[in-house]
Amino acid sequence: MTVIEDLAPAPRAEVLPRAVSRREGWLRRLPLLPALIYTVVVTQIPFVVTLWYSFQSYFWDTPGGAHFTGLSNYKAVFTNPNFRGALVRSVVMTVSAVIGAMILGIALAVLLDRKFFGRGVVRTLIITPFLVMPAAAALVWATPMLDPNFGLLNYLLEPFGVHHVAWLSTHALGSVIVVMIWQWTPFMTLIVLAGLQSQPAETLEAAKVDGAGAFATFRELTLPHLRPYIELGILLGSIYLVNVFDAVRLMTNGGPGTATTNLPFFLYQEVNNAFDVGGAAAAGVVTVFLTIIVATFALRMFARVFQFEEAR
Amino acid sequence: MTALTARRSPRGRLREWSGRVGWAILAWAVAIIFFIPVLWMVITAFKPESAAETWPPKFIFTPTLSEFRLAITGMGPFLAHSIMATLGSTLLVLLLAVPAAYALSVRPVKHWRDGLFFFISTKMLPIVAAIGPLYVIALHAHLLDSIWLMIILYTAMNLPLAIWMIRSFMLEVPGELLEAARLDGAGRIREMGSVILPIISPGLTSTALICVIFAWNELFLAINLTVTNAATLPMFLISSVPQEGLFIAHLCAAATIASVPVIIVGWIAQRSLVRGLSMGAIK
Repeated sequence: MTVIEDLAPAPRAEVLPRAVSRREGWLRRLPLLPALIYTVVVTQIPFVVTLWYSFQSYFWDTPGGAHFTGLSNYKAVFTNPNFRGALVRSVVMTVSAVIGAMILGIALAVLLDRKFFGRGVVRTLIITPFLVMPAAAALVWATPMLDPNFGLLNYLLEPFGVHHVAWLSTHALGSVIVVMIWQWTPFMTLIVLAGLQSQPAETLEAAKVDGAGAFATFRELTLPHLRPYIELGILLGSIYLVNVFDAVRLMTNGGPGTATTNLPFFLYQEVNNAFDVGGAAAAGVVTVFLTIIVATFALRMFARVFQFEEAR
Repeated sequence: MTALTARRSPRGRLREWSGRVGWAILAWAVAIIFFIPVLWMVITAFKPESAAETWPPKFIFTPTLSEFRLAITGMGPFLAHSIMATLGSTLLVLLLAVPAAYALSVRPVKHWRDGLFFFISTKMLPIVAAIGPLYVIALHAHLLDSIWLMIILYTAMNLPLAIWMIRSFMLEVPGELLEAARLDGAGRIREMGSVILPIISPGLTSTALICVIFAWNELFLAINLTVTNAATLPMFLISSVPQEGLFIAHLCAAATIASVPVIIVGWIAQRSLVRGLSMGAIK
Protein backbone atom coordinates (compact mmCIF):
# COMPACT_ATOMS: atom_id res chain seq x y z
CA MET A 1 0.00 0.00 0.00
CA THR A 2 2.90 2.36 0.63
CA VAL A 3 3.74 2.27 -3.06
CA ILE A 4 0.37 3.74 -3.88
CA GLU A 5 0.76 6.38 -1.24
CA ASP A 6 3.87 7.58 -3.04
CA LEU A 7 2.36 7.49 -6.49
CA ALA A 8 -0.88 9.29 -5.76
CA PRO A 9 -0.41 13.05 -5.90
CA ALA A 10 -0.08 14.71 -2.53
CA PRO A 11 -3.12 16.73 -1.51
CA ARG A 12 -2.71 20.46 -2.01
CA ALA A 13 -3.56 21.27 1.56
CA GLU A 14 -3.28 18.80 4.37
CA VAL A 15 -6.63 17.06 4.22
CA LEU A 16 -6.85 16.45 7.89
CA PRO A 17 -5.06 18.85 10.21
CA ARG A 18 -2.83 17.17 12.73
CA ALA A 19 -4.67 18.88 15.52
CA VAL A 20 -7.96 17.18 14.71
CA SER A 21 -9.35 15.92 17.95
CA ARG A 22 -9.69 12.29 18.82
CA ARG A 23 -13.46 12.62 18.88
CA GLU A 24 -13.50 14.12 15.39
CA GLY A 25 -11.24 11.33 14.16
CA TRP A 26 -13.65 8.69 15.39
CA LEU A 27 -16.67 10.57 14.06
CA ARG A 28 -15.01 10.48 10.67
CA ARG A 29 -14.15 6.80 10.90
CA LEU A 30 -17.59 5.75 12.09
CA PRO A 31 -19.43 5.85 8.72
CA LEU A 32 -16.63 3.86 7.10
CA LEU A 33 -16.63 1.05 9.65
CA PRO A 34 -19.73 -0.92 8.59
CA ALA A 35 -18.54 -1.27 4.98
CA LEU A 36 -14.97 -1.93 6.06
CA ILE A 37 -15.87 -4.62 8.59
CA TYR A 38 -18.32 -6.20 6.18
CA THR A 39 -15.73 -6.39 3.41
CA VAL A 40 -13.01 -7.73 5.68
CA VAL A 41 -15.29 -10.42 7.10
CA VAL A 42 -16.90 -11.55 3.85
CA THR A 43 -13.93 -11.30 1.49
CA GLN A 44 -10.92 -12.03 3.71
CA ILE A 45 -12.13 -14.82 5.99
CA PRO A 46 -12.74 -17.28 3.13
CA PHE A 47 -9.12 -16.79 2.08
CA VAL A 48 -7.83 -17.40 5.59
CA VAL A 49 -9.89 -20.59 5.71
CA THR A 50 -8.53 -21.48 2.26
CA LEU A 51 -5.00 -21.14 3.61
CA TRP A 52 -5.88 -23.44 6.51
CA TYR A 53 -7.46 -26.12 4.30
CA SER A 54 -4.51 -26.03 1.93
CA PHE A 55 -2.52 -27.88 4.63
CA GLN A 56 -5.31 -30.39 5.28
CA SER A 57 -6.37 -33.55 3.55
CA TYR A 58 -10.11 -33.22 3.13
CA PHE A 59 -12.33 -35.04 0.66
CA TRP A 60 -16.11 -34.56 0.47
CA ASP A 61 -16.86 -38.15 -0.17
CA THR A 62 -14.70 -39.79 2.51
CA PRO A 63 -15.88 -39.71 6.13
CA GLY A 64 -13.61 -38.60 8.95
CA GLY A 65 -13.21 -34.93 8.09
CA ALA A 66 -9.98 -33.03 7.62
CA HIS A 67 -6.54 -33.87 8.95
CA PHE A 68 -3.17 -32.15 8.69
CA THR A 69 -0.95 -33.24 5.80
CA GLY A 70 1.73 -30.59 5.67
CA LEU A 71 2.84 -29.53 2.24
CA SER A 72 1.60 -32.54 0.29
CA ASN A 73 -1.29 -30.60 -1.29
CA TYR A 74 1.18 -28.04 -2.60
CA LYS A 75 3.47 -30.75 -3.90
CA ALA A 76 0.50 -32.20 -5.75
CA VAL A 77 -0.43 -28.82 -7.21
CA PHE A 78 3.04 -28.11 -8.53
CA THR A 79 3.44 -31.54 -10.06
CA ASN A 80 -0.08 -31.55 -11.54
CA PRO A 81 0.20 -30.91 -15.29
CA ASN A 82 -3.51 -30.02 -15.40
CA PHE A 83 -2.95 -27.12 -13.02
CA ARG A 84 -0.06 -25.79 -15.08
CA GLY A 85 -2.11 -26.22 -18.25
CA ALA A 86 -5.06 -24.36 -16.73
CA LEU A 87 -2.76 -21.58 -15.59
CA VAL A 88 -1.25 -21.16 -19.05
CA ARG A 89 -4.69 -21.26 -20.71
CA SER A 90 -6.01 -18.64 -18.29
CA VAL A 91 -3.20 -16.33 -19.31
CA VAL A 92 -3.67 -17.05 -23.03
CA MET A 93 -7.44 -16.55 -22.86
CA THR A 94 -7.27 -13.36 -20.81
CA VAL A 95 -4.49 -11.74 -22.81
CA SER A 96 -5.92 -12.53 -26.23
CA ALA A 97 -9.48 -11.59 -25.25
CA VAL A 98 -8.40 -8.30 -23.67
CA ILE A 99 -6.19 -7.35 -26.61
CA GLY A 100 -8.76 -8.43 -29.20
CA ALA A 101 -11.56 -6.58 -27.45
CA MET A 102 -9.40 -3.47 -27.08
CA ILE A 103 -8.38 -3.34 -30.75
CA LEU A 104 -11.99 -3.80 -31.87
CA GLY A 105 -13.10 -1.37 -29.18
CA ILE A 106 -10.79 1.36 -30.47
CA ALA A 107 -12.04 0.80 -34.04
CA LEU A 108 -15.69 0.93 -32.99
CA ALA A 109 -15.11 4.00 -30.82
CA VAL A 110 -13.54 5.83 -33.78
CA LEU A 111 -16.55 4.79 -35.84
CA LEU A 112 -18.98 6.09 -33.23
CA ASP A 113 -17.09 9.33 -32.64
CA ARG A 114 -18.45 10.85 -35.89
CA LYS A 115 -21.96 12.10 -36.44
CA PHE A 116 -24.04 9.97 -38.79
CA PHE A 117 -27.61 8.91 -39.32
CA GLY A 118 -28.83 6.71 -36.47
CA ARG A 119 -25.73 6.96 -34.30
CA GLY A 120 -27.72 6.47 -31.09
CA VAL A 121 -29.26 3.25 -32.38
CA VAL A 122 -25.90 1.92 -33.59
CA ARG A 123 -24.39 2.63 -30.16
CA THR A 124 -27.27 0.86 -28.48
CA LEU A 125 -26.90 -2.20 -30.71
CA ILE A 126 -23.16 -2.36 -30.11
CA ILE A 127 -23.38 -2.26 -26.30
CA THR A 128 -26.04 -4.98 -26.17
CA PRO A 129 -23.68 -8.02 -26.15
CA PHE A 130 -22.24 -6.73 -22.89
CA LEU A 131 -25.68 -6.62 -21.29
CA VAL A 132 -26.82 -10.10 -22.28
CA MET A 133 -26.61 -12.46 -19.33
CA PRO A 134 -23.26 -14.27 -19.86
CA ALA A 135 -24.85 -17.66 -19.21
CA ALA A 136 -27.51 -16.91 -21.84
CA ALA A 137 -24.90 -15.68 -24.30
CA ALA A 138 -22.75 -18.78 -23.79
CA LEU A 139 -25.69 -21.14 -24.33
CA VAL A 140 -26.95 -19.25 -27.38
CA TRP A 141 -23.47 -19.32 -28.89
CA ALA A 142 -22.97 -22.96 -28.02
CA THR A 143 -25.88 -24.33 -30.03
CA PRO A 144 -28.05 -21.90 -32.02
CA MET A 145 -24.95 -20.08 -33.32
CA LEU A 146 -22.15 -22.67 -33.48
CA ASP A 147 -23.86 -26.03 -33.91
CA PRO A 148 -22.23 -27.94 -36.82
CA ASN A 149 -25.56 -29.08 -38.29
CA PHE A 150 -27.83 -26.09 -38.07
CA GLY A 151 -25.85 -23.25 -36.46
CA LEU A 152 -26.32 -19.80 -37.94
CA LEU A 153 -22.59 -19.08 -38.21
CA ASN A 154 -21.94 -21.96 -40.59
CA TYR A 155 -24.84 -20.73 -42.73
CA LEU A 156 -23.52 -17.16 -42.82
CA LEU A 157 -19.99 -18.37 -43.64
CA GLU A 158 -21.07 -20.85 -46.32
CA PRO A 159 -20.46 -18.37 -49.19
CA PHE A 160 -16.86 -18.17 -47.93
CA GLY A 161 -16.31 -21.90 -48.27
CA VAL A 162 -17.10 -22.99 -44.71
CA HIS A 163 -19.00 -26.27 -44.57
CA HIS A 164 -20.54 -27.45 -41.33
CA VAL A 165 -17.54 -26.84 -39.11
CA ALA A 166 -17.90 -28.25 -35.59
CA TRP A 167 -16.45 -25.13 -34.01
CA LEU A 168 -16.57 -26.31 -30.41
CA SER A 169 -14.66 -29.53 -31.08
CA THR A 170 -12.16 -28.34 -33.68
CA HIS A 171 -11.60 -24.71 -32.60
CA ALA A 172 -12.74 -24.82 -28.97
CA LEU A 173 -10.27 -22.38 -27.44
CA GLY A 174 -10.63 -19.93 -30.34
CA SER A 175 -14.43 -20.09 -30.13
CA VAL A 176 -14.46 -19.35 -26.42
CA ILE A 177 -12.06 -16.44 -26.93
CA VAL A 178 -14.22 -15.06 -29.75
CA VAL A 179 -17.26 -15.10 -27.49
CA MET A 180 -15.27 -13.38 -24.73
CA ILE A 181 -14.18 -10.71 -27.22
CA TRP A 182 -17.76 -10.33 -28.46
CA GLN A 183 -18.99 -9.71 -24.91
CA TRP A 184 -16.24 -7.33 -23.86
CA THR A 185 -15.72 -5.21 -26.98
CA PRO A 186 -18.67 -2.96 -26.01
CA PHE A 187 -17.03 -2.28 -22.65
CA MET A 188 -13.78 -1.20 -24.32
CA THR A 189 -15.71 0.80 -26.93
CA LEU A 190 -17.52 2.83 -24.28
CA ILE A 191 -14.34 3.62 -22.36
CA VAL A 192 -12.32 4.58 -25.46
CA LEU A 193 -15.26 6.58 -26.83
CA ALA A 194 -15.33 8.59 -23.60
CA GLY A 195 -11.64 9.29 -24.18
CA LEU A 196 -12.17 10.36 -27.78
CA GLN A 197 -14.97 12.70 -26.82
CA SER A 198 -12.88 14.33 -24.12
CA GLN A 199 -10.25 15.32 -26.68
CA PRO A 200 -10.30 19.10 -27.19
CA ALA A 201 -11.63 19.96 -30.66
CA GLU A 202 -9.14 22.84 -31.07
CA THR A 203 -6.13 20.51 -31.04
CA LEU A 204 -7.58 18.43 -33.85
CA GLU A 205 -8.56 21.56 -35.75
CA ALA A 206 -5.03 22.94 -35.38
CA ALA A 207 -3.53 19.68 -36.67
CA LYS A 208 -5.82 19.86 -39.70
CA VAL A 209 -4.80 23.46 -40.41
CA ASP A 210 -1.15 22.40 -40.18
CA GLY A 211 -1.88 19.89 -42.91
CA ALA A 212 -1.59 16.71 -40.89
CA GLY A 213 -3.32 13.69 -42.39
CA ALA A 214 -6.05 11.83 -40.54
CA PHE A 215 -3.81 8.84 -39.80
CA ALA A 216 -0.88 10.95 -38.59
CA THR A 217 -3.21 12.97 -36.36
CA PHE A 218 -4.60 9.80 -34.87
CA ARG A 219 -1.16 8.34 -34.19
CA GLU A 220 0.53 11.48 -32.93
CA LEU A 221 -2.28 13.19 -31.03
CA THR A 222 -5.24 10.92 -30.40
CA LEU A 223 -3.46 7.74 -29.29
CA PRO A 224 -1.31 9.47 -26.63
CA HIS A 225 -4.43 11.22 -25.38
CA LEU A 226 -6.26 7.87 -25.24
CA ARG A 227 -3.48 6.12 -23.37
CA PRO A 228 -4.90 6.36 -19.83
CA TYR A 229 -8.31 5.29 -21.12
CA ILE A 230 -6.82 2.28 -22.89
CA GLU A 231 -4.86 1.34 -19.76
CA LEU A 232 -7.99 1.61 -17.65
CA GLY A 233 -9.96 -0.56 -20.07
CA ILE A 234 -7.23 -3.21 -20.17
CA LEU A 235 -6.94 -3.24 -16.39
CA LEU A 236 -10.66 -3.51 -15.61
CA GLY A 237 -11.24 -5.91 -18.50
CA SER A 238 -8.50 -8.22 -17.18
CA ILE A 239 -9.98 -8.24 -13.67
CA TYR A 240 -13.24 -9.62 -15.04
CA LEU A 241 -11.95 -11.74 -17.92
CA VAL A 242 -9.41 -13.68 -15.86
CA ASN A 243 -12.37 -15.05 -13.90
CA VAL A 244 -14.38 -16.10 -16.96
CA PHE A 245 -16.33 -19.19 -16.05
CA ASP A 246 -19.74 -19.10 -17.73
CA ALA A 247 -18.47 -19.37 -21.30
CA VAL A 248 -16.13 -22.26 -20.45
CA ARG A 249 -18.62 -24.21 -18.39
CA LEU A 250 -21.55 -23.78 -20.78
CA MET A 251 -19.89 -23.85 -24.20
CA THR A 252 -17.24 -26.54 -23.89
CA ASN A 253 -17.32 -27.76 -20.28
CA GLY A 254 -13.56 -27.28 -20.28
CA GLY A 255 -13.02 -29.59 -23.23
CA PRO A 256 -12.52 -31.26 -25.53
CA GLY A 257 -10.17 -32.96 -23.07
CA THR A 258 -8.77 -29.99 -21.19
CA ALA A 259 -8.47 -27.73 -24.24
CA THR A 260 -10.47 -24.88 -22.68
CA THR A 261 -9.98 -25.57 -18.97
CA ASN A 262 -8.90 -22.31 -17.36
CA LEU A 263 -8.13 -21.77 -13.67
CA PRO A 264 -11.68 -20.98 -12.52
CA PHE A 265 -13.00 -24.08 -14.27
CA PHE A 266 -10.14 -26.21 -12.94
CA LEU A 267 -10.90 -25.16 -9.37
CA TYR A 268 -14.61 -25.75 -9.93
CA GLN A 269 -13.84 -29.28 -11.08
CA GLU A 270 -11.51 -30.00 -8.17
CA VAL A 271 -14.30 -29.20 -5.72
CA ASN A 272 -17.31 -30.56 -7.60
CA ASN A 273 -15.93 -33.62 -9.37
CA ALA A 274 -12.82 -34.64 -7.45
CA PHE A 275 -14.31 -33.63 -4.06
CA ASP A 276 -10.80 -32.50 -3.14
CA VAL A 277 -11.21 -29.47 -0.87
CA GLY A 278 -7.59 -29.54 0.34
CA GLY A 279 -6.16 -29.80 -3.17
CA ALA A 280 -8.46 -27.07 -4.47
CA ALA A 281 -7.49 -24.87 -1.52
CA ALA A 282 -3.78 -25.31 -2.25
CA ALA A 283 -4.38 -24.51 -5.91
CA GLY A 284 -6.42 -21.52 -4.75
CA VAL A 285 -3.62 -20.25 -2.54
CA VAL A 286 -1.16 -20.50 -5.44
CA THR A 287 -3.67 -18.67 -7.64
CA VAL A 288 -4.09 -15.92 -5.07
CA PHE A 289 -0.34 -15.62 -4.70
CA LEU A 290 0.11 -15.20 -8.45
CA THR A 291 -2.79 -12.74 -8.54
CA ILE A 292 -1.18 -10.63 -5.83
CA ILE A 293 1.99 -10.34 -7.90
CA VAL A 294 0.02 -9.21 -10.93
CA ALA A 295 -2.30 -7.04 -8.84
CA THR A 296 0.60 -5.14 -7.29
CA PHE A 297 1.54 -3.91 -10.73
CA ALA A 298 -2.11 -3.38 -11.59
CA LEU A 299 -2.71 -1.29 -8.49
CA ARG A 300 0.28 0.91 -9.31
CA MET A 301 -1.22 1.43 -12.75
CA PHE A 302 -4.55 2.20 -11.13
CA ALA A 303 -3.04 4.88 -8.97
CA ARG A 304 -1.44 6.45 -12.02
CA VAL A 305 -4.49 6.16 -14.26
CA PHE A 306 -6.98 7.53 -11.81
CA GLN A 307 -6.92 11.25 -11.59
CA PHE A 308 -7.22 11.66 -7.91
CA GLU A 309 -9.46 14.52 -7.13
CA GLU A 310 -8.69 16.16 -3.89
CA ALA A 311 -10.76 14.95 -1.01
CA ARG A 312 -12.45 17.83 0.66
CA MET B 1 -18.59 27.22 -40.77
CA THR B 2 -21.81 27.64 -42.78
CA ALA B 3 -20.15 30.28 -44.94
CA LEU B 4 -17.32 27.86 -45.62
CA THR B 5 -19.58 25.04 -46.71
CA ALA B 6 -21.62 27.36 -48.88
CA ARG B 7 -18.52 28.36 -50.82
CA ARG B 8 -17.47 24.76 -51.49
CA SER B 9 -17.80 23.41 -54.97
CA PRO B 10 -20.71 21.03 -55.69
CA ARG B 11 -18.23 18.24 -56.28
CA GLY B 12 -16.64 18.80 -52.87
CA ARG B 13 -20.01 18.72 -51.25
CA LEU B 14 -20.86 15.52 -53.08
CA ARG B 15 -17.66 13.92 -51.87
CA GLU B 16 -18.34 14.98 -48.31
CA TRP B 17 -21.90 13.67 -48.55
CA SER B 18 -20.85 10.31 -49.94
CA GLY B 19 -18.18 10.06 -47.26
CA ARG B 20 -20.79 10.51 -44.58
CA VAL B 21 -23.11 7.97 -46.14
CA GLY B 22 -20.23 5.51 -46.43
CA TRP B 23 -19.38 6.04 -42.77
CA ALA B 24 -22.99 5.46 -41.74
CA ILE B 25 -23.22 2.28 -43.81
CA LEU B 26 -20.01 0.92 -42.32
CA ALA B 27 -21.13 1.71 -38.78
CA TRP B 28 -24.54 0.12 -39.32
CA ALA B 29 -22.97 -2.99 -40.82
CA VAL B 30 -20.66 -3.43 -37.84
CA ALA B 31 -23.49 -2.84 -35.39
CA ILE B 32 -25.66 -5.44 -37.08
CA ILE B 33 -22.85 -8.01 -37.05
CA PHE B 34 -22.45 -7.44 -33.32
CA PHE B 35 -26.16 -7.68 -32.75
CA ILE B 36 -26.80 -10.83 -34.82
CA PRO B 37 -26.41 -13.38 -31.97
CA VAL B 38 -28.85 -11.44 -29.81
CA LEU B 39 -31.27 -11.04 -32.70
CA TRP B 40 -30.98 -14.74 -33.51
CA MET B 41 -31.74 -15.62 -29.90
CA VAL B 42 -34.92 -13.52 -29.98
CA ILE B 43 -36.01 -14.78 -33.43
CA THR B 44 -35.45 -18.42 -32.48
CA ALA B 45 -37.44 -17.92 -29.29
CA PHE B 46 -40.54 -17.29 -31.43
CA LYS B 47 -40.09 -20.47 -33.48
CA PRO B 48 -41.86 -23.72 -32.93
CA GLU B 49 -39.26 -26.30 -31.88
CA SER B 50 -39.48 -28.11 -35.23
CA ALA B 51 -38.50 -24.94 -37.11
CA ALA B 52 -35.48 -24.23 -34.90
CA GLU B 53 -33.34 -27.21 -35.89
CA THR B 54 -33.25 -27.01 -39.68
CA TRP B 55 -30.68 -26.63 -42.40
CA PRO B 56 -30.66 -24.09 -43.91
CA PRO B 57 -31.88 -22.09 -40.92
CA LYS B 58 -35.43 -20.84 -41.35
CA PHE B 59 -36.03 -17.11 -41.47
CA ILE B 60 -39.69 -17.28 -42.45
CA PHE B 61 -42.00 -19.19 -40.13
CA THR B 62 -45.23 -18.71 -38.22
CA PRO B 63 -44.23 -17.12 -34.91
CA THR B 64 -45.56 -18.78 -31.80
CA LEU B 65 -45.50 -17.94 -28.11
CA SER B 66 -45.67 -21.57 -27.03
CA GLU B 67 -41.99 -21.82 -26.07
CA PHE B 68 -42.26 -18.64 -24.02
CA ARG B 69 -45.28 -20.08 -22.24
CA LEU B 70 -43.41 -23.29 -21.56
CA ALA B 71 -40.34 -21.43 -20.26
CA ILE B 72 -42.39 -19.19 -17.98
CA THR B 73 -44.15 -22.10 -16.29
CA GLY B 74 -40.89 -23.56 -14.98
CA MET B 75 -39.26 -20.24 -14.26
CA GLY B 76 -41.26 -18.97 -11.27
CA PRO B 77 -39.05 -19.88 -8.28
CA PHE B 78 -35.82 -19.09 -10.15
CA LEU B 79 -37.16 -15.67 -11.11
CA ALA B 80 -38.21 -14.99 -7.52
CA HIS B 81 -34.74 -15.97 -6.21
CA SER B 82 -33.02 -13.77 -8.79
CA ILE B 83 -35.20 -10.78 -7.90
CA MET B 84 -34.64 -11.30 -4.15
CA ALA B 85 -30.88 -11.75 -4.46
CA THR B 86 -30.53 -8.80 -6.85
CA LEU B 87 -32.72 -6.29 -5.02
CA GLY B 88 -31.62 -7.42 -1.55
CA SER B 89 -27.93 -7.13 -2.35
CA THR B 90 -28.32 -3.82 -4.17
CA LEU B 91 -30.18 -2.30 -1.24
CA LEU B 92 -27.55 -3.53 1.23
CA VAL B 93 -24.77 -2.23 -1.02
CA LEU B 94 -26.29 1.26 -1.03
CA LEU B 95 -26.80 1.23 2.74
CA LEU B 96 -23.14 0.36 3.33
CA ALA B 97 -21.61 2.32 0.46
CA VAL B 98 -23.17 5.74 1.02
CA PRO B 99 -21.70 6.31 4.52
CA ALA B 100 -18.41 4.75 3.46
CA ALA B 101 -18.14 6.98 0.40
CA TYR B 102 -18.88 9.97 2.65
CA ALA B 103 -16.04 9.00 4.96
CA LEU B 104 -13.73 8.75 1.96
CA SER B 105 -14.66 12.06 0.34
CA VAL B 106 -16.68 14.76 2.12
CA ARG B 107 -15.16 14.43 5.58
CA PRO B 108 -12.34 12.02 4.84
CA VAL B 109 -10.63 9.79 7.32
CA LYS B 110 -6.88 10.21 7.61
CA HIS B 111 -5.95 7.22 5.44
CA TRP B 112 -8.74 7.56 2.90
CA ARG B 113 -6.46 6.57 0.04
CA ASP B 114 -5.49 3.29 1.70
CA GLY B 115 -9.17 2.67 2.36
CA LEU B 116 -10.07 3.19 -1.29
CA PHE B 117 -7.35 0.86 -2.45
CA PHE B 118 -8.25 -1.77 0.08
CA PHE B 119 -11.74 -1.94 -1.38
CA ILE B 120 -10.53 -2.14 -4.97
CA SER B 121 -7.94 -4.77 -4.10
CA THR B 122 -10.70 -7.12 -2.94
CA LYS B 123 -12.05 -7.06 -6.51
CA MET B 124 -8.73 -8.43 -7.71
CA LEU B 125 -8.70 -11.44 -5.41
CA PRO B 126 -10.22 -14.26 -7.40
CA ILE B 127 -13.19 -15.58 -5.45
CA VAL B 128 -12.89 -18.80 -7.47
CA ALA B 129 -9.77 -19.58 -5.43
CA ALA B 130 -11.78 -19.83 -2.21
CA ILE B 131 -14.81 -21.65 -3.53
CA GLY B 132 -14.23 -24.97 -1.71
CA PRO B 133 -13.73 -23.40 1.72
CA LEU B 134 -16.61 -21.02 1.01
CA TYR B 135 -18.78 -24.06 0.52
CA VAL B 136 -17.60 -25.52 3.83
CA ILE B 137 -18.21 -22.23 5.67
CA ALA B 138 -21.70 -21.94 4.18
CA LEU B 139 -22.40 -25.53 5.15
CA HIS B 140 -21.44 -24.96 8.79
CA ALA B 141 -23.29 -21.65 8.95
CA HIS B 142 -26.41 -23.38 7.59
CA LEU B 143 -26.45 -20.90 4.74
CA LEU B 144 -25.94 -23.33 1.89
CA ASP B 145 -28.60 -23.04 -0.80
CA SER B 146 -30.12 -20.02 0.97
CA ILE B 147 -31.03 -16.72 -0.59
CA TRP B 148 -29.32 -14.89 2.30
CA LEU B 149 -25.97 -16.31 1.31
CA MET B 150 -26.44 -14.99 -2.22
CA ILE B 151 -27.39 -11.56 -0.86
CA ILE B 152 -24.33 -11.50 1.42
CA LEU B 153 -21.91 -12.52 -1.35
CA TYR B 154 -23.36 -10.31 -4.08
CA THR B 155 -23.15 -7.39 -1.67
CA ALA B 156 -19.46 -8.03 -1.10
CA MET B 157 -18.99 -8.41 -4.86
CA ASN B 158 -20.55 -5.02 -5.71
CA LEU B 159 -19.57 -2.99 -2.66
CA PRO B 160 -16.11 -1.79 -3.87
CA LEU B 161 -17.53 -0.67 -7.19
CA ALA B 162 -20.39 1.19 -5.49
CA ILE B 163 -18.10 2.94 -2.99
CA TRP B 164 -15.79 4.18 -5.75
CA MET B 165 -18.67 5.29 -7.88
CA ILE B 166 -20.68 7.05 -5.15
CA ARG B 167 -17.52 8.72 -3.90
CA SER B 168 -16.96 10.21 -7.35
CA PHE B 169 -20.48 11.67 -7.26
CA MET B 170 -19.97 13.06 -3.75
CA LEU B 171 -16.79 14.83 -4.81
CA GLU B 172 -18.88 16.78 -7.30
CA VAL B 173 -21.13 18.29 -4.62
CA PRO B 174 -20.14 21.98 -4.59
CA GLY B 175 -18.08 22.84 -1.53
CA GLU B 176 -19.99 26.11 -1.03
CA LEU B 177 -23.23 24.22 -0.44
CA LEU B 178 -21.61 22.07 2.26
CA GLU B 179 -20.02 25.17 3.76
CA ALA B 180 -23.37 26.98 3.83
CA ALA B 181 -25.10 24.02 5.47
CA ARG B 182 -22.36 23.85 8.10
CA LEU B 183 -22.70 27.56 8.84
CA ASP B 184 -26.42 26.95 9.31
CA GLY B 185 -25.43 24.55 12.02
CA ALA B 186 -26.28 21.38 10.12
CA GLY B 187 -24.73 18.27 11.63
CA ARG B 188 -23.41 15.33 9.67
CA ILE B 189 -26.78 13.69 9.39
CA ARG B 190 -28.59 16.79 8.14
CA GLU B 191 -25.71 17.56 5.81
CA MET B 192 -26.13 14.11 4.30
CA GLY B 193 -29.92 14.16 4.23
CA SER B 194 -30.64 17.65 2.98
CA VAL B 195 -27.59 18.53 0.88
CA ILE B 196 -25.67 15.52 -0.36
CA LEU B 197 -28.35 12.88 -0.98
CA PRO B 198 -30.65 15.12 -3.06
CA ILE B 199 -27.74 16.14 -5.28
CA ILE B 200 -26.28 12.67 -5.81
CA SER B 201 -29.60 10.83 -6.18
CA PRO B 202 -29.23 10.42 -9.97
CA GLY B 203 -25.77 9.01 -9.26
CA LEU B 204 -27.19 6.61 -6.70
CA THR B 205 -29.69 5.42 -9.29
CA SER B 206 -27.01 4.63 -11.82
CA THR B 207 -24.89 2.95 -9.15
CA ALA B 208 -27.87 0.76 -8.26
CA LEU B 209 -28.42 -0.12 -11.92
CA ILE B 210 -24.83 -1.29 -12.31
CA CYS B 211 -25.13 -3.42 -9.17
CA VAL B 212 -28.37 -4.88 -10.49
CA ILE B 213 -26.71 -5.87 -13.77
CA PHE B 214 -23.81 -7.68 -12.09
CA ALA B 215 -25.94 -9.46 -9.48
CA TRP B 216 -28.59 -10.52 -12.00
CA ASN B 217 -26.04 -12.06 -14.35
CA GLU B 218 -23.85 -13.86 -11.77
CA LEU B 219 -23.45 -17.61 -12.24
CA PHE B 220 -20.27 -18.92 -10.59
CA LEU B 221 -21.34 -18.49 -6.97
CA ALA B 222 -24.89 -19.59 -7.72
CA ILE B 223 -23.81 -22.79 -9.44
CA ASN B 224 -21.49 -23.73 -6.57
CA LEU B 225 -23.55 -22.72 -3.57
CA THR B 226 -27.19 -23.21 -4.51
CA VAL B 227 -29.27 -26.22 -5.49
CA THR B 228 -32.99 -25.50 -5.46
CA ASN B 229 -33.97 -23.16 -2.64
CA ALA B 230 -31.91 -20.26 -3.93
CA ALA B 231 -31.13 -21.20 -7.55
CA THR B 232 -31.21 -18.12 -9.76
CA LEU B 233 -32.13 -17.51 -13.41
CA PRO B 234 -28.75 -18.46 -14.92
CA MET B 235 -29.24 -21.84 -13.22
CA PHE B 236 -32.67 -22.09 -14.81
CA LEU B 237 -31.06 -21.57 -18.22
CA ILE B 238 -28.70 -24.47 -17.60
CA SER B 239 -31.60 -26.67 -16.60
CA SER B 240 -33.40 -25.80 -19.84
CA VAL B 241 -30.76 -27.67 -21.83
CA PRO B 242 -31.73 -31.34 -21.69
CA GLN B 243 -29.38 -34.27 -22.28
CA GLU B 244 -31.22 -35.25 -25.44
CA GLY B 245 -34.01 -34.09 -27.71
CA LEU B 246 -34.76 -30.79 -29.36
CA PHE B 247 -34.31 -27.80 -27.12
CA ILE B 248 -33.05 -24.82 -29.11
CA ALA B 249 -36.28 -22.82 -29.30
CA HIS B 250 -37.00 -23.54 -25.66
CA LEU B 251 -33.50 -22.46 -24.63
CA CYS B 252 -33.77 -19.25 -26.68
CA ALA B 253 -37.12 -18.37 -25.13
CA ALA B 254 -35.73 -18.86 -21.63
CA ALA B 255 -32.53 -16.95 -22.48
CA THR B 256 -34.56 -14.08 -23.91
CA ILE B 257 -36.75 -13.78 -20.83
CA ALA B 258 -33.70 -13.94 -18.54
CA SER B 259 -31.70 -11.36 -20.50
CA VAL B 260 -34.31 -8.79 -21.46
CA PRO B 261 -34.72 -7.05 -18.06
CA VAL B 262 -31.02 -6.27 -17.82
CA ILE B 263 -30.74 -5.32 -21.49
CA ILE B 264 -33.52 -2.77 -20.99
CA VAL B 265 -31.96 -1.48 -17.75
CA GLY B 266 -28.65 -1.11 -19.60
CA TRP B 267 -30.21 0.70 -22.55
CA ILE B 268 -31.88 3.15 -20.18
CA ALA B 269 -28.71 3.64 -18.15
CA GLN B 270 -26.47 3.93 -21.24
CA ARG B 271 -25.17 7.38 -20.32
CA SER B 272 -24.05 6.36 -16.84
CA LEU B 273 -22.83 2.93 -17.87
CA VAL B 274 -19.33 4.19 -18.69
CA ARG B 275 -19.00 5.91 -15.36
CA GLY B 276 -20.13 2.86 -13.48
CA LEU B 277 -17.96 0.43 -15.39
CA SER B 278 -14.90 2.61 -14.89
CA MET B 279 -15.75 2.85 -11.17
CA GLY B 280 -16.29 6.58 -11.46
CA ALA B 281 -12.95 7.29 -13.14
CA ILE B 282 -14.59 8.55 -16.34
CA LYS B 283 -17.18 11.26 -15.98
